[in-house]
Amino acid sequence: MKTEEAIIYSYGFATIASAIPAYSKRGDIVFVDKAACFAIQKGLQASRSDIKLFNHNDMDDLERLLKEQEIEDQKNPRKARVTRRFIIVEGLYMNTGTVCPLPELVKLKYKYKARIFLEESLSFGVLGEHGRGVTEHFGINIDDIDLISANMENSLASIGGFCCGRSFVIDHQRLSGQGYCFSASLPPLLAAAAIEALNIMEENPGIFAVLKEKCKRIHKALQGIPGLKVVGESISPALHLQLEETTGCRERDVKLLQEIVNQCMDRGIALTQARYLEKEEKYLPPPSIRVVVTVEQTEEELEKAASTISEVAQTVLL
Amino acid sequence: MADPGGGAVCNGTLHNQRAADCHGGNCWKNGVVKEAQQNGNSNFCKPFVESFEEAPLHVMVFTYLGYGIGTLFGYLRDFLRNSGIEKCNAAVEREEQKDFVPLYQNFENFYTRNLYMRIRDNWNRPICSAPGAVFDVMERVTDDYNWTFRFTGRVIKDVINMGSYNFLGLAAKYDESMSTVKEVLETYGLGVGSTRQEMGTLDKHKELEDLVAKFLNVEDAMVFGMGFATNSMNIPALVGKGCLILSDELNHASLVLGARLSGATIRIFKHNNMQSLEKLLRDAVIYGQPRTRRAWRKILILVEGIYSMEGSIVCLPDIVALKKKYKAYLYIDEAHSIGSVGPTGRGVVEFFGMDPRDIDVFMGTFTKSFGAAGGYIAGRKDLVDYLRTYSHSAAYATSMSPPVAEQIIRVMKLIMGLDGTTKGLQKIQQLAKNTRYFRQRLSKMGFIVYGNEESPVVPLLLYMPAKVAAFARHLLKRKIGVVVVGFPATPLAEARARFCVSAAHTREMLDTVLEALDEMGDLLDVKYSRNRKSARPELYDEMSFELED
Repeated sequence: MKTEEAIIYSYGFATIASAIPAYSKRGDIVFVDKAACFAIQKGLQASRSDIKLFNHNDMDDLERLLKEQEIEDQKNPRKARVTRRFIIVEGLYMNTGTVCPLPELVKLKYKYKARIFLEESLSFGVLGEHGRGVTEHFGINIDDIDLISANMENSLASIGGFCCGRSFVIDHQRLSGQGYCFSASLPPLLAAAAIEALNIMEENPGIFAVLKEKCKRIHKALQGIPGLKVVGESISPALHLQLEETTGCRERDVKLLQEIVNQCMDRGIALTQARYLEKEEKYLPPPSIRVVVTVEQTEEELEKAASTISEVAQTVLL
Repeated sequence: MADPGGGAVCNGTLHNQRAADCHGGNCWKNGVVKEAQQNGNSNFCKPFVESFEEAPLHVMVFTYLGYGIGTLFGYLRDFLRNSGIEKCNAAVEREEQKDFVPLYQNFENFYTRNLYMRIRDNWNRPICSAPGAVFDVMERVTDDYNWTFRFTGRVIKDVINMGSYNFLGLAAKYDESMSTVKEVLETYGLGVGSTRQEMGTLDKHKELEDLVAKFLNVEDAMVFGMGFATNSMNIPALVGKGCLILSDELNHASLVLGARLSGATIRIFKHNNMQSLEKLLRDAVIYGQPRTRRAWRKILILVEGIYSMEGSIVCLPDIVALKKKYKAYLYIDEAHSIGSVGPTGRGVVEFFGMDPRDIDVFMGTFTKSFGAAGGYIAGRKDLVDYLRTYSHSAAYATSMSPPVAEQIIRVMKLIMGLDGTTKGLQKIQQLAKNTRYFRQRLSKMGFIVYGNEESPVVPLLLYMPAKVAAFARHLLKRKIGVVVVGFPATPLAEARARFCVSAAHTREMLDTVLEALDEMGDLLDVKYSRNRKSARPELYDEMSFELED
């Protein structure tokens, strides 16, 4: 990742859930996107900081909140000098499949003096010319981001997670990251697998372009299905298919989607519904089917998948 | 084949006679015989010996004095660094971000910068072999007083390992019995890439869960990918607002985090102190919730089987009696005790000879005794089914990796004797023997050792921070690897060295270590114990058993 230092955790969920409370304590202010994933929510809950949510990918909303915070600061300068401010975003959001607008975020960071924590679980190994993530995708200097956290369970096909950044930031976690100090370390087998995967990524940078192609293709192929709309950008390998018109009741939506999934399964396409804990999430995303693409799938397989989903959707929904 | 106080295995097959419950007063359940209880006789007849000796006064004075001098010097060095007289080696904030609010409070890092940095070379030592009874440590030197390290490229071979949690000696290099793990790796690959509820449940997981349930004598079990995450993600699923959690003073960080994330009210009772717990239970039942005076929705008692920093074992019969009297639920975290205590290695429940149906939630990890990674929760079937749906981990976190699951299956079969040999049982008995020998010799030598006599976690108190560093460095020179712990994992004045006895240690290895410790104790003067040693010679030193004429 071309950073100074990195630290490895033995579980992907615990990575971001331990990194956030190590820096942000009670009394600090955190600006989070509404579509943040569950691990981030748990990390924030453990840190007991003040949380301010802004609308998904809405930079104006974020700027409004930052301005309000600035006004508050001027009323109480002594307190403002010790409260830290953080912005936590994901590179590629798991719940919606969209990319965060990083250049604007960096501008806001310097304007309002907040630190950015970037969570790159889906975008590491996917975006960017060499797979280095959303910073490479937008061409931003990696030192501008204070902490990048990712888990190795998606692109690297191992188990665990890592945080990387400057030594100044990362070294602190070695003594105060709960999932690092108080937990067992990663088994060597899984670490070796991750090292191999990184070597493969470095040796063949061509696979990222291939992946991008396939993502675009499947995105286009799934566009025309009646009754289902595609949520997610064309470069995202994990997209959601949501019902165009909901029946109004979440349970019935879930049942319908489950029908689609079951019938696809019968025809040889494995899909899954995106699972959420309904009572625990702050902003529950609507029920959807998650479609994930890998580099290994050939074009015929992608076409077949798209047409199967299309047929099944027509039979079930109409 | 010997019948080891429980009849767990007979010729490699398990007797499973759920239907025939009573055979002449004895109860058979999954092959474990429980003798019928008569009036007043309980199954538990082992003496429960725990000791937490206090240090002499001069030791405490010197310890605090040592910290005080360290702090003064710390202030001096900070002053020198800030005024530029001394070069600052620590990492600093970026130039562009100098006017941001500082990321760390000055005082937070004070301890790290000044006290921890001086003795930092005793922690985070990389090893380059399997953490068995002996292992290889990479040699590292520092040119600038521990600010940076550099590997010389040499490896210190055959260091006796007294630090890894390797209770049954199963964290060893590859040998033929691990070939099943290799096959699973080849069939299933490594990463699972999905959560349990979506696409991540493999048949290996089902097999493992059934095996864990059989091992613990409970109805059902569920496994997770990480031990820490098991606690922090399932306690919030079991209790919520309006519930009460009574947790021990010295509970592990994962239990504390899980309790905090759940949003329930937390009350702490003194370590292993039943009077304190009873008082809290009575207050809870009588007074109810703080403002509304309504009854608590649930009362959950969180304890651990063996506490990792103290080596003490929980007083289970008393807690179960209290729990039944006040109708609370019990959650026991057997991270260290599963596989290491009990006649057949089933944990503290078997150690005390109690009924597994008395405990509501069993939790444990596979990291310590099984040489793998991960955690489990076991108990009644409706509890586990609830967790399959509502646990945070099942919905959002990836499941356990297949080779790791296969390793645990293999080890569990070994311990239970299902592979037809008694190797598992021998390991457990060897561990018990090693533990007792080690502890007895240490307390005879005059060290202050905390904890229960039967626990394989042996903390040896060192108190002063400088002695802690000297201890670790000298022992490494003699090729013995130990773990030393100081503040903040232990109270400020009670720094200690923690030994983990393993079944893979031979008597010679233990003797080598004990001799080295003896010399260290004299050199550093850490033999603070004031208990008088017994005048009777120990039986293992005796050569003949006849009376001298």
